[in-house]
Amino acid sequence: MTGSASLRAALAVPLLAIALTVGLSAESRAEYADVVLNRNAEKEGMRPVVFPHWFHRIRFRCKVCHAELGFKMRAGSNLVTMGDIIDGRFCGACHNGQIAWAPENCDLCHSGKPGLPPGIFGGHETNGPGIW
Amino acid sequence: MSLRRILTTLAVSLLSSATAWSGEWAKLSEDGVHDPRGPAIGLLQQPGDALSNLPGDGAGNQVHWIKALRSGVIRPRPNIDPAREDRRLDKDIYLDLYGSMPSVRFPHLAHTEWLDCTNCHDQLFLPKRGANGISMFLILQGQQCGVCHGAVAFPLTECSRCHSVRNHIAQRIVAELEAEEARKAAGGGSKEAGSADAPRGAPAKPPKDARGGAR
Ligand code: HEC
Ligand code: HEC
Ligand code: HEC
Ligand code: HEC
Ligand code: HEC
Ligand code: HEC
Repeated sequence: MTGSASLRAALAVPLLAIALTVGLSAESRAEYADVVLNRNAEKEGMRPVVFPHWFHRIRFRCKVCHAELGFKMRAGSNLVTMGDIIDGRFCGACHNGQIAWAPENCDLCHSGKPGLPPGIFGGHETNGPGIW
Repeated sequence: MSLRRILTTLAVSLLSSATAWSGEWAKLSEDGVHDPRGPAIGLLQQPGDALSNLPGDGAGNQVHWIKALRSGVIRPRPNIDPAREDRRLDKDIYLDLYGSMPSVRFPHLAHTEWLDCTNCHDQLFLPKRGANGISMFLILQGQQCGVCHGAVAFPLTECSRCHSVRNHIAQRIVAELEAEEARKAAGGGSKEAGSADAPRGAPAKPPKDARGGAR
């Protein structure tokens, strides 16, 4: 018990050090927890989508999107299409002209810098060790 | 013990580097994510305009989201369908009772104010104390607590927000809790006898129902 705990602690030290150095040298100054969705958008001629957690969590609890609406908690793991959105799923459960403005405001969602990969930005996890 | 000293120094340097960022939110046009030439730049809200009005913190969004919620400064909706239940559980779990760091207090209440049970149970954690092999190593790799902390909830640089209780105090709380559970089991325990109160360290059986536990 003590042995394996201190082994793990010893492993945690270099990991933390990596997290620190990589985290600080990262270029992006994205707001913490911004997510880029770009599985197909750019391939089909639209800018990548930027989803701001900070903006939405002021208005909705996590459980609304991640339990009730079924967004999986892993950036890039939800296959969202415009068809889904227009049919009222994913972003479209709210962006339907009732709870929030309608899908016709293309540029408000498709606001990302061209070339961005899908993923979470501004977080220590992805700038640091994260998913290797 | 030198390991402890290394960890402490590291923790302190991490903490101070985290606080050095505070008070500044990048403009959307300079954040490296939004297209500065796109038509949305003038229309979207700047993070600083919204977040500077909320209770402050030194890391992440530089917002203390729990204070923001509990003080009523923000009133995020718990559901879209009003018939959907907003489940809460007020039960603290104490982890890491014997490590080199202070013990970890995991508050169910603060979490279930934001999250549903199914966000954690049973995919990330089985709803049974000690059944999950939680470790800092896995957390730092973005698993367990690190699925959210370091991504959306306050980051892992904030050691002391998790490692918040001195070991001997946490040990006492858990010992009292276990004595209480043992008393209950010995008393009227016809329904829950047996496996539910196995001694600590005994292999855990995966429970079926995340909601069965408001003991
Ligand atoms: C308005 C909807 C919405 C709300 C509210 C919301 N999220 Fe998310 N979340 C998303 C979307 C969309 C993604 C990206 C999914 C994808 O890329 O497939 C995401 C991704 C994530 C991820 C994955 C990040 C990674 O590292 O891969 C985590 C963790 C997460 N959210 C946690 C939270 C937490 C915690 C809260 C509450 C504080 C929250 N979310 C509130 C919509 C939401
Ligand atoms: C509420 C936010 C939102 C709005 C508004 C929106 N989109 Fe999207 N769009 C998305 C998301 C999310 C995706 C999935 C991104 C990905 O992974 O590639 C997407 C994907 C796409 C794709 C990729 C192919 C497909 O069908 O999924 C195209 C093309 C697209 N959008 C066009 C548009 C156009 C044109 C408009 C305006 C009429 C628009 N979008 C408005 C969020 C939005
Ligand atoms: C739970 C409901 C909900 C879901 C799901 C949701 N949104 Fe929103 N979103 C809102 C609301 C409400 C607003 C604010 C609307 C207003 O100001 O009128 C908003 C605003 C926005 C804005 C504008 C932010 C600003 O600065 O004004 C963007 C961009 C956005 N959403 C993108 C998305 C994308 C992309 C998705 C899906 C990945 C999504 N939203 C899913 C409710 C939601
Ligand atoms: C999100 C909460 C959280 C944060 C933040 C966090 N930890 Fe942990 N940590 C845990 C949990 C939970 C465990 C319990 C694992 C166990 O039971 O052994 C743990 C275990 C540990 C251990 C191994 C056990 C011990 O006490 O020796 C070390 C070392 C550790 N953490 C160091 C740190 C340091 C240093 C930081 C800050 C850089 C930190 N942790 C931040 C949750 C956290
Ligand atoms: C943020 C993640 C998270 C959420 C959300 C969450 N739990 Fe837990 N739960 C945990 C963790 C972590 C443990 C401790 C597991 C361990 O010790 O290995 C736990 C333990 C439990 C236990 C066992 C307690 C004991 O004393 O043995 C029960 C019962 C439980 N949870 C029920 C619930 C219910 C009901 C909800 C929803 C109202 C809920 N949980 C929401 C993370 C969560
Ligand atoms: C599913 C997402 C999720 C997981 C998994 C998760 N947390 Fe959290 N946690 C949150 C959110 C959201 C908050 C609210 C504060 C914030 O967003 O910064 C929070 C807050 C906290 C707080 C602050 C409580 C307070 O009163 O200040 C502690 C401590 C904490 N978490 C510990 C843990 C530990 C330890 C684990 C793993 C056993 C864990 N969390 C797993 C999402 C999560």
